[in-house]
Amino acid sequence: MSLRAETGTFLRTVWGRAYPRVVGMQREKSWMLFDVFLPLLQVAAYVYIYRAIGAPPEFTGFVVLGGAMTAYWMNILWSMASQLYWEKETGNLELYIIAPTSRMAILLGMAVGGIFATTIRAVGVLVAGILVFRVPMAPTSVPALIGVFLLTLVALYGLGMLMASLFLLWGRQAWQLADLLQEPVFLVSGFYFPVRALGFLVALGASIVPITLGLDAMRQLLYPEMMEGFKFLPVGIELGTLAVLGAAFLFFAHRALRYFEDLAKREGRLTLRGQ
Amino acid sequence: MTARVRGGESWRSLRVAAWLGWQIESNWTDPFLFAVYSVVKPVAGALILVFMYLVVARGGLENPLFPYIFVGNAFYIYVSGVLLGVSWAVIDDREHYGMLKYMYAAPLNIYTYLLGRGTAKTAISTVATTITLLFGVGALGIRIPPGQVDWGLLAGALVLGLAALAFMGLLLGGATLLTARHNYFIGQGVAGALYLLSGVVFPLDVLPAPLQAVGKGLPVTYWLEALRRSVLGDGGNEALRSLSTGTVILILALSTVVLAVASVLFFRWAERIAHRRGLIDMQTMH
Repeated sequence: MSLRAETGTFLRTVWGRAYPRVVGMQREKSWMLFDVFLPLLQVAAYVYIYRAIGAPPEFTGFVVLGGAMTAYWMNILWSMASQLYWEKETGNLELYIIAPTSRMAILLGMAVGGIFATTIRAVGVLVAGILVFRVPMAPTSVPALIGVFLLTLVALYGLGMLMASLFLLWGRQAWQLADLLQEPVFLVSGFYFPVRALGFLVALGASIVPITLGLDAMRQLLYPEMMEGFKFLPVGIELGTLAVLGAAFLFFAHRALRYFEDLAKREGRLTLRGQ
Repeated sequence: MTARVRGGESWRSLRVAAWLGWQIESNWTDPFLFAVYSVVKPVAGALILVFMYLVVARGGLENPLFPYIFVGNAFYIYVSGVLLGVSWAVIDDREHYGMLKYMYAAPLNIYTYLLGRGTAKTAISTVATTITLLFGVGALGIRIPPGQVDWGLLAGALVLGLAALAFMGLLLGGATLLTARHNYFIGQGVAGALYLLSGVVFPLDVLPAPLQAVGKGLPVTYWLEALRRSVLGDGGNEALRSLSTGTVILILALSTVVLAVASVLFFRWAERIAHRRGLIDMQTMH
């Protein structure tokens, strides 16, 4: 197949896999309501905790921003990492394997569709949080803020693609592991408080999850004075690390997908359901 | 069918469902990993609150609000465990394993079967709550001297509260029978609303007046108030301070009875509708 034809197939696959996620938002509007409403309940509870203990108003901003970013982490766990497990359970995985296209394109399509759908939810949480709790926000640099956000997403979805490959081997463990990676990651990545509070070494270890660095950088850009005593690393270093993480995760996702697909075929796990 | 036969069938349904639920929850891995999994999640959830508190309080854990937050959060583990454990069984059996139609074809009591499925989650929640509380006492210095705990009140409130949560789970289970699998969101929504409105991690007094009024209408509020009074000696809510402990328990008991009656009636109604519309074996794979 010529390069042009291959590229065409790759792009059509990306769009084809992204399409259900994009159009799904239109078909099942109740999901949108719940996707915004549910994180907002958690955010509201944490905002009231901060108010009960007399925290400065910037902490409300920390919680709202963290609450919005939970949408991306949940999407990574349940719609990226676990996706190939779901496909296996519903009998679609075999179709992916026999389809004359790149599996990386399928993963990329999942990521693109996931980013689109999740961004709508995250913006919903952010806007609702800002309006309901009157969160003060004064970014020092909007381009830097957008840059940090985009790099965080690239690195995060690269990690999601890598995790999807790893989860290919598992049965119900995939579900349990995704479940397990919720609260502990919310804790070590500092979704609801500055990650520096955990100590430098813990924050450094947690930086393998790109949201750790992304959230810290975004908070520094939004609340420079408040973050003076809490910042983990300078924003420039966090940006550079996110870029490196993004490239590394995409590279390893490509390698891991091939390796684990071969292994799963040899061990007969690709079509095993209800494990 | 005699009442004795029916009773035996209900008991068998409960017992077998509890065993099945335990297998589904635990047999995906070895016991050690399962134990780690069962402990890490709730402890991490509790530590989020600890660090939120420490960041603002800069190290001081003496404020009475800290034990209030910690104990409320520890017992809340039951809310999501029991509530979602019971209602999720409907989705799991109907959509994931495709077994719900066989349950209806078998000589069992579906009502007690679902309660049994929630039992495994209740057992796991009990371990997680206990470990979280022990962690709070051992590592964070929360003062819960065993000699000062009102064990009778604790046991009574715990049983009443768990029963209330199970009946709420059955109400959700009935709703789940009639809706597609995104009803999971409804379960999460109810659990989230209870977290916000029942004074789980902050006193009711902090909420705006209309939300405070809603919170006062929820059984979980009185359950947590009774549990805190038994464990910490004080409920911590100014809004409920005028109520004696007996009154708190009475409100909890009455609301449990109301929930029991409502859940039986609603679940039977939902079953009838589900039969009529052919929803017992519905597959909504989206």
